[in-house]
Amino acid sequence: MMLAAFDVWILSFSALTVLVTIGMGYWAAQKSRTASDFFVAGRGVSVGWNASAISGEYLSSASFMGVAGMVMSSGYDALWYPVCYACGYLFLLLFIAGPLRRFGAYTIPDFAEGRYDSPLFRKIAVIFVLFIGFFYTMPQMKGAGTTLSYIFKDISWFGEKGLPYPVGVVLVGGVITFNVAVGGMKGITLVQAFQYWLKMFAISVPVFVLMSVYGSYGTQLSVQGQPASAAVVQTASSGGAATAESLRKPLPTKAPVDASWLNPFGPLTSKAAKAAKIEGPASRPYALLYTYSLIIAIVCGTAGLPHILVRFYTNPDGVAAKRTTMWVMILIGVFYVFPPVFGVMGRNLLPALYEGTGVNGTDKIVLELPKVLDAAGGPGSIRWGSILSGITCAGAFAAFMSTFSGLLVSMTGALAHDVYGRMLRPESSAADRMQMFKWCAALTGGVATLLGCFVEPLEINFMVGQAFAIAAASYFPLLFMSVWWRGMTLQGAATGMLSGGIFALMAVALTNVSTLSLDKGPMGRLFAPFAPLNDFWAHHPLLRILCEQPAIWTVPMSIMLMILVSKLTRSSIPSDVRLKMLVLHAPEKLGLKQDYIREHEGVGH
Amino acid sequence: MLRGMATPDSDPHEHTHSESFLRSLMRRQLKLSITCALSFLIALLGLPLLNYFMPEVMSGRVGGFTLSWLILGILFFPLVWGIAWVFIRRSISLEDLEVEEVNARKRQHATPRR
Repeated sequence: MMLAAFDVWILSFSALTVLVTIGMGYWAAQKSRTASDFFVAGRGVSVGWNASAISGEYLSSASFMGVAGMVMSSGYDALWYPVCYACGYLFLLLFIAGPLRRFGAYTIPDFAEGRYDSPLFRKIAVIFVLFIGFFYTMPQMKGAGTTLSYIFKDISWFGEKGLPYPVGVVLVGGVITFNVAVGGMKGITLVQAFQYWLKMFAISVPVFVLMSVYGSYGTQLSVQGQPASAAVVQTASSGGAATAESLRKPLPTKAPVDASWLNPFGPLTSKAAKAAKIEGPASRPYALLYTYSLIIAIVCGTAGLPHILVRFYTNPDGVAAKRTTMWVMILIGVFYVFPPVFGVMGRNLLPALYEGTGVNGTDKIVLELPKVLDAAGGPGSIRWGSILSGITCAGAFAAFMSTFSGLLVSMTGALAHDVYGRMLRPESSAADRMQMFKWCAALTGGVATLLGCFVEPLEINFMVGQAFAIAAASYFPLLFMSVWWRGMTLQGAATGMLSGGIFALMAVALTNVSTLSLDKGPMGRLFAPFAPLNDFWAHHPLLRILCEQPAIWTVPMSIMLMILVSKLTRSSIPSDVRLKMLVLHAPEKLGLKQDYIREHEGVGH
Repeated sequence: MLRGMATPDSDPHEHTHSESFLRSLMRRQLKLSITCALSFLIALLGLPLLNYFMPEVMSGRVGGFTLSWLILGILFFPLVWGIAWVFIRRSISLEDLEVEEVNARKRQHATPRR
């Protein structure tokens, strides 16, 4: 009777994904022997593999589950997320990828130290790798917790609600941490590439099947803005497969109405104004401000995500790095067309999710939507809905496993390579560092899992947007200005990066604690002291927007500070700045990098 | 170590380390990047303005989609690919040109010395 407690298809597809991931990681670990293999996969990965791996790492829970959930809950405004994730990648290609690759360093801390000859700056950069990394792991953990409690939702021996959210988080966190500790990066390139294709398959196939039964993307959208009864009449008169089910189920009162859902400046961007009782046309300027701030955060933030940048070094040369990026843009662009379709169909076919919160809210739409096919099919037929739902669960596993592993590698790398290998024990041997890599993986994995337990009430996609906002105000100005402006000094770079990052971090944290205090579950009690903040937000909608989406002021502030402080400390521009700029910008074929390294050694640096 | 290198372009090796070479290198690359960035920033930052000032047009229906949804949900991605493709092609040929220029200079300097 145990098996009746959960869906066999869903469980077996998910279990298979986990086993294949671990198996591939373990198999690849047998081949990774040297430290260089462990950290950046030996720099010899082909364009196709590398592009799939980058895309696999980039498409996180936010892309796989969060975008669909947010389109369902907020409508049009949520479409900015996938578009800006893709545009951000383009921005990275245009301004940062090429120079950074030519400079030749493993990580952002390497770059920070190399560009300014300052071990101190390396330490600051390392701390930020950890900050942004942890912020970005939280939504992945929410994805993990949501998926596990969906899979085991009918189990009764954990209490009425099925598997508790934190159990899912701890389980997944533990498995991935172990996998990273034994495999290192080499394992991950292979696994990430496999996981991209799994995610692509898992998001696209159910969409096509659902569209063949319930009507295309356009048809599904066309019923928005029409009364539900009209939609039913239309379908009934046209006959076809959808007659049994109406094209659209009635919306619960908690769902946003059609007009605000379908059109720009809807619930997501005008929330703050609404809380302040500003309605109608008067709320539109607030919504426009929110939209722009969101765009800046994601476009600039992509360029500063530590685990994405490190992949540019796994290409054999600059031309290959550029080709890889082109393929990444295509791979992620095609992917991003699909999640919003789930959101639109979810609104029509599974509106009950609007009433759920936490793990039962719209974030699980990708997992649960295919199940509606089971109800549509006659008795005795194959349960296609369960099979497809099993496939999307497998995709969700691939999503949080791949991004979480990627983050764990870059954070663990920072700890083992920088904190231990350079700060604490510079005399340690390569074997010591390999050993330390494993311990650091356990440490970072543990902390990330713990943090993940707190964020059940927050939307996945929203949290990722905030991680991007912090990266946008710290790493993006650092990289952009250091690459293109010779006048930057160490003091300017550090001041700009630190103040931008810290202000963004504080603004975002303030918003989150006030949101968590509204939760009806245990988190609400834990964060209750912050509840008065919500009254403050209601009186100051503008401040609320500027705290929730800080990029519009933190990014310019950071860049201005960099320019200002650099001008004031002009005397301390590194003496060899011209040589460094040359390495950053001269084509690799000229072979100037060798010059740079040789001369550097000559100085006795 | 660097002061010795700032001498005028008497030697091909010195040329690649000269101020003028670096300046033209960075200027050309930045120009290309900014041109490409502008073409997608206009679209990305212009769409909210269109939504704001022309809501009737943007909520018009095209095959079930609203116009704005069609642009943001689907058409934006091919635009991004187009810009990326143009940039990659141009930046590879720009690099080749730069290498060719340096090599031509080297040949020029190598002949009279012998």
